[in-house]
Amino acid sequence: MIFSRRKFLQISSATFGTAAVATSLGYFSDTKKLFGKEIEEPVKKTATYCNICFWKCGAIAYSKGNKLWKIEGNPLDPLSNGRLCPRGTGGIGVSSDPNRLKSPLIRVGKRGEEEWKVVTWDEALNFIADKMKTIKTNYGPESVAFFAHGIGGNFLKHTLKAYGTPNITAPSFAQCRGPREVGFELTLGQFIGSPERTDIENSKAMALIGSHLGENMHNSQVQELSKAIENGISLIVVDPRFSVIAGKAKYYLPIKPGTDMALLLTWANILIKENLYDKEFVSQYGFGFEQLVAEVSKYTPEWCYIETGIEPELIVNSIRELAKNKPASFVHPGRHVTWYGDDAQRSRAIAIVNSLLGNWNHKGAFFQPTKLSVPGYPYPEYPKSEKGRVDVRGEKYPWAGADEGLTNEIRNASITGAPYPIKAWFVYATNLINALPNQDETIKAINNLDLMVVVDVVPSEIAGYADVVLPESTYLERWDDLNITPFKKPFVGIRQPAVNPPDDQKDNWWIAKKLADKLDLGHFFPWNHIEDYLKFRIEKGGFNYSELKEKGIILGTNKPIYIEDGVANEFFTPSGKVEFYSTQLAEKGFDPIPKYTKHEEPPAGSFRLLFGRSPVHTFSQTQSNPILQEMQSENELWLNIDIANQYGLKSGDYVKLKNQDGKISNKIKVKATQRIRTDCVFMTHGFGHNSKGLKSVFGKGASDSALVTRYKVDPLMGGTGMNMNFVTLEVGV
Amino acid sequence: MARYGMVIDTAKCVGCMDCVVACKTENNVPEGFNRDWIAYETNGVFPTLTQEIRSERCNQCDNPPCVYCCPSGASHVSEQGGIVLVTQDECVGCKACMAACPYGARFVNPEGYADKCTFCNHRLENGELPACVSVCPTYCMHFGDFDDPESEVSKLLKSRKNHPLIPAAGTEPQIYYLV
Ligand code: SF4
Repeated sequence: MIFSRRKFLQISSATFGTAAVATSLGYFSDTKKLFGKEIEEPVKKTATYCNICFWKCGAIAYSKGNKLWKIEGNPLDPLSNGRLCPRGTGGIGVSSDPNRLKSPLIRVGKRGEEEWKVVTWDEALNFIADKMKTIKTNYGPESVAFFAHGIGGNFLKHTLKAYGTPNITAPSFAQCRGPREVGFELTLGQFIGSPERTDIENSKAMALIGSHLGENMHNSQVQELSKAIENGISLIVVDPRFSVIAGKAKYYLPIKPGTDMALLLTWANILIKENLYDKEFVSQYGFGFEQLVAEVSKYTPEWCYIETGIEPELIVNSIRELAKNKPASFVHPGRHVTWYGDDAQRSRAIAIVNSLLGNWNHKGAFFQPTKLSVPGYPYPEYPKSEKGRVDVRGEKYPWAGADEGLTNEIRNASITGAPYPIKAWFVYATNLINALPNQDETIKAINNLDLMVVVDVVPSEIAGYADVVLPESTYLERWDDLNITPFKKPFVGIRQPAVNPPDDQKDNWWIAKKLADKLDLGHFFPWNHIEDYLKFRIEKGGFNYSELKEKGIILGTNKPIYIEDGVANEFFTPSGKVEFYSTQLAEKGFDPIPKYTKHEEPPAGSFRLLFGRSPVHTFSQTQSNPILQEMQSENELWLNIDIANQYGLKSGDYVKLKNQDGKISNKIKVKATQRIRTDCVFMTHGFGHNSKGLKSVFGKGASDSALVTRYKVDPLMGGTGMNMNFVTLEVGV
Repeated sequence: MARYGMVIDTAKCVGCMDCVVACKTENNVPEGFNRDWIAYETNGVFPTLTQEIRSERCNQCDNPPCVYCCPSGASHVSEQGGIVLVTQDECVGCKACMAACPYGARFVNPEGYADKCTFCNHRLENGELPACVSVCPTYCMHFGDFDDPESEVSKLLKSRKNHPLIPAAGTEPQIYYLV
């Protein structure tokens, strides 16, 4: 054997776990035997950060020539700690996706027919700029809306703000975590943010309400969860499905879908009745506690059992477990929480239970995020819009987020022309056909537009409806904005290309700058190359740009993040206190304390459609990544085994689903399992692609989005509750 | 002498497949094949269920039937660490080893030779952990030397309840699962 005994002995010591720390980056020659072949090409390491989801983990890409080999976590990065999630590890597959968009396209057929002519960048951008100028003249700049997901949208956002539109939006609010932010803001005057400010690592007990961490691979949270498990955390998992994390729970609560509010209010009642709440915290910081006591006293465990189907003993024991471990215990606020249209109130109930545990700013519950201060680039001021946002207009949804806006309200304005018409959509890296509920409404809105531009890496469903498609280079081929994420440690991360784009794809900053030029807004980009911009900001902040390029991450000085190390409690509510009773809500005519309302249940023979995450895919964006596709190429329909037997179905059989409005899904493989209730079915989101351009994944699995025709808008903040669709099984397909 | 093995903590594993993905890219495992995989074992009736999730691969057995049955001598045990390896040039692709392995750990690489987990011996040589272990976001996998009583893996086996896979096969597998 060729192995050196000395090296083997070295690494067999007990300190093995720390052996793989990368210390230097750059070029080195590797002629070792890899894959059983001699490799002569030098291996290049490029420090960057991941883009397979929005977590933005620091990473190191390994390439040989212009070919990617692998990608690993950057050990310096506080988010990844040197370990990426499976999607991140498989991230290099985006580059070799056979379906990739190669050059700019202009539509020749009808919208949605995916008939294109290949054009040059100049032609594409001239086309867009001309249309945008006409729209500005006829309707005003506000009539162009920008939908974006992720950091890559920053430069295009800048161009569109310079153009004069305030209508910048993202589905991350109204189709995802908006209700949670609003519920916490109303209660504590502070929101949760992304990454979540949950201190799972130091927690002694945590309750998860429908959130399936572990299948949902938000990297830092999963890493912290594992450390907490090592330290003996008690997990309380509330889910109609026996999720992966349910298998690790001390208490698993198999809740009837739609009744979470009943459980939360009962928990609040038990904390009060049994004197388990944090009296000092409540008396020092609480507002409206007496009203809360009066309101929740009716929610007994016995009543709760009837609503939720959870045994009273389990209801009581689980909240006692949280109380016993306070303040290092908490109810996780979740992330994708747009379920039933009363989601902000449910999030408020979560904030209330947490406040009864007195856990805010406490180690093992919620920390105060810290962020590195890096100055922005000095740009000219954006033009002010007289009309204001089309979607967030004060009275309709008083707590709609003015940052991310309401995608669904922009869609409405595009259909109705009120309060003013929206004539163009500019879409960056968000597959709106699958992100928004009710696809027919989305398509109707698109058909009203004068211009629809999609910037994407692959021909997503939304790209299929565009007038102009702009192919972007993948995150491994491009520069991007700085990653300055608020988290436990302040840091800045850089994204830099590991390889060149294979075809005529361009970086988002280049597209944004070129488009600004064509719109006569070139002065909004006073730099030539993005590196000028990055270097300026980093050096202005007092950091070393070459160091950042080499290491990928620069860490700042740690600040206190818990009460335990010096954080003081501050609540930015009108009363300056934790509002168990919300005068803000009362003033606007909403329940000042959350109330339980029953949600419609599936009729006999129907099942509630639930959807969630897969650990190897992100949204409907990654299914065609060949590496991740190999890990999961289609989704499955989780069906209770007794129901499956009734229908004569076994795992592996295919069925179709028909929803209450007659929409029929693609074929989907049955997973007959003990791991789900009998009144609902579950599938992972993102499959069932029907864009012709996505050849390698076309028609694989079913699309939950296509079945989500019904949704309920949250009256507080405009989010779209989507767990209210019922399906029947079509057998023998 | 060292005896390499793994201890995998099922209390932490979430079955995310990062180990599977990492192995694919690190070792350029051809499409349609895997050197490691995830197994789920669920028992009980809803909602009273238990579940064990395991990252599985070649068990690098101490008593390896795949080596004993290999007619060409391609399958062998490495001198260092006792890793079961295949010398690609010597392998005739007869599949006897595949039939002999009770874990289904082997496959025939499209290039014609029997393929399986190597514990990333090329990485070990550089003082790096196997790719699967190095990426795991739950830190559920531990790699080390069972011959060293002070190693992390030896200590874990002593301190926690554990089981190997199919011990009745008598192969003396060197991967243990903590429960
Ligand atoms: S959580 Fe995973 S996909 Fe998301 S940024 Fe991190 S490594 Fe990438």
